[in-house]
Amino acid sequence: MGAVTENLDLFWNGFLRSLGLCLWGMVGALALGTVLAAFRVSPVAPLRFLGTAWVTLVRNCPLTVVLFFFAFGFPEIGVNGSYYAFGLGALIIYTSAFVCEALRSGINAVPAGQAEAARAIGLPFTKTLTQVVLPQAFRTSIPPVGSVIIAMFKNSAVVGAFGVGRDLFSVGESLTSAQGYAALPVLTGVAIGYLLITLPAGGLLALLERKVAIVR
Amino acid sequence: MSEYTVLYDAPGPRARRRSRIGGAIATVVVVAAVGVAVKRLADQGQLDLELWRPVFDPGHEFFADDWRQLAGGLLNTVKAAALAITFSLVLGAVLGVARLMLGRMTRLPLAAVMELLRGLPVVISIYFASRVLPELGADLSFMPGGSGLWYLVIGLTAYNMVIIAEILRAGVLSLPSGQREAALAIGLTPVATMRMILLPQAVRTMLPALISQIVVILKDTSLAAVLGLYEEFLRRANLLSQYFDNPIQMLSLVAAVFILLNYLLSRVARWLEHRLSRSQRSAVTPGEAEGMDATRGLTNTGV
Repeated sequence: MGAVTENLDLFWNGFLRSLGLCLWGMVGALALGTVLAAFRVSPVAPLRFLGTAWVTLVRNCPLTVVLFFFAFGFPEIGVNGSYYAFGLGALIIYTSAFVCEALRSGINAVPAGQAEAARAIGLPFTKTLTQVVLPQAFRTSIPPVGSVIIAMFKNSAVVGAFGVGRDLFSVGESLTSAQGYAALPVLTGVAIGYLLITLPAGGLLALLERKVAIVR
Repeated sequence: MSEYTVLYDAPGPRARRRSRIGGAIATVVVVAAVGVAVKRLADQGQLDLELWRPVFDPGHEFFADDWRQLAGGLLNTVKAAALAITFSLVLGAVLGVARLMLGRMTRLPLAAVMELLRGLPVVISIYFASRVLPELGADLSFMPGGSGLWYLVIGLTAYNMVIIAEILRAGVLSLPSGQREAALAIGLTPVATMRMILLPQAVRTMLPALISQIVVILKDTSLAAVLGLYEEFLRRANLLSQYFDNPIQMLSLVAAVFILLNYLLSRVARWLEHRLSRSQRSAVTPGEAEGMDATRGLTNTGV
């Protein structure tokens, strides 16, 4: 493991950069996914159509294709940016479709009787939504949304492999290809770095599930 | 709005008017956004027929060549996906059964390895296979299809067999315990019980989840393009787009093909789900709550 201990600062910086990509991606995907989910359940038909079209198109397209669109397509129409920005954008667009579906499944899981009971005791529409339906929907959504976010953490490695620079993957690539270290120890280090992100995230999700999720 | 939703009442005349106005505004905004995008594309000359011609105009001098390249790439994608899917299903079944049937202590190391493989990004597994295997002296270039294909297949299998094992395990755990007890009571060995009674039922209930994982494997073959490992569909298209300088057009074609393939596969999954839930209603209802529990938290989101 000499290759890892000698370059521990490189690995540490790479880890932080990968973690940053994950966290910004999570914030962006949750925000965009929530907007899309709102579109998909809204009473306004064109918005529903837009949401459905987005989800169907993005979900069935490999992340790599979305990524290539950003990196090779955008410069063609005069939109330039760093690979980091493009990578993050692709990650957010791709994940938002899955977040949307996970949230929607939560809303669908709220029994109709809940809303009916809320109306029967005289709550107005806004209160029915904010105090009865949505709190339950969010809590039911936690396991699927959490799984989606963890999958996104893993997908951030694809963005790294594409060439964000200075992240865990790039560190592994430069140490093995350019500096001639043996691949096994270096890549084990890279793998451990990613496991340090995904395994605690999984633990955190399990904890969150136990605390707030409703089992139906 | 034909379907009932928990979020709002059936709209009355005022709500319908409001939603029509909202709909009109939303349509205008969306159409305007699409218009801006199209204008932008047109301004940059991206809608010029010249850029589409290499793949859509049979009269183009490279038309036949391009499609030979792309079809070969698609065939390579399907080949890699088929191999990875087969290995993942077979090894996944073995792993899932092993994790279910081993004793408490012997199961532990297996579970640990499976958790590690599951936590690892699949692109890292593929990269690991492509870099570490040659270093360890495992030369795969003699294999049919070349070493790149097999590194891809090995990396994909390492990740997806664990996911499939977990799906099958959840399926077996969701079965009513009477199934296993009855099988053992009529004198079947534990292995025969698993093979003849439990596994077939688990596969049946978990078929939708299995198919969505197959979609994931198909999509993930394109990771080879990022690593430059194997000449699959996306990589071929990308190389062609560098030659013709038309990435937007080529990538649109690739996206359309992938979307179509995966959409068809997920339609099959939904149809199966519908069919199974209808025919199995009486058998499934008692164990349903259990089944939900077993699948909960399982990372099968199709991402």
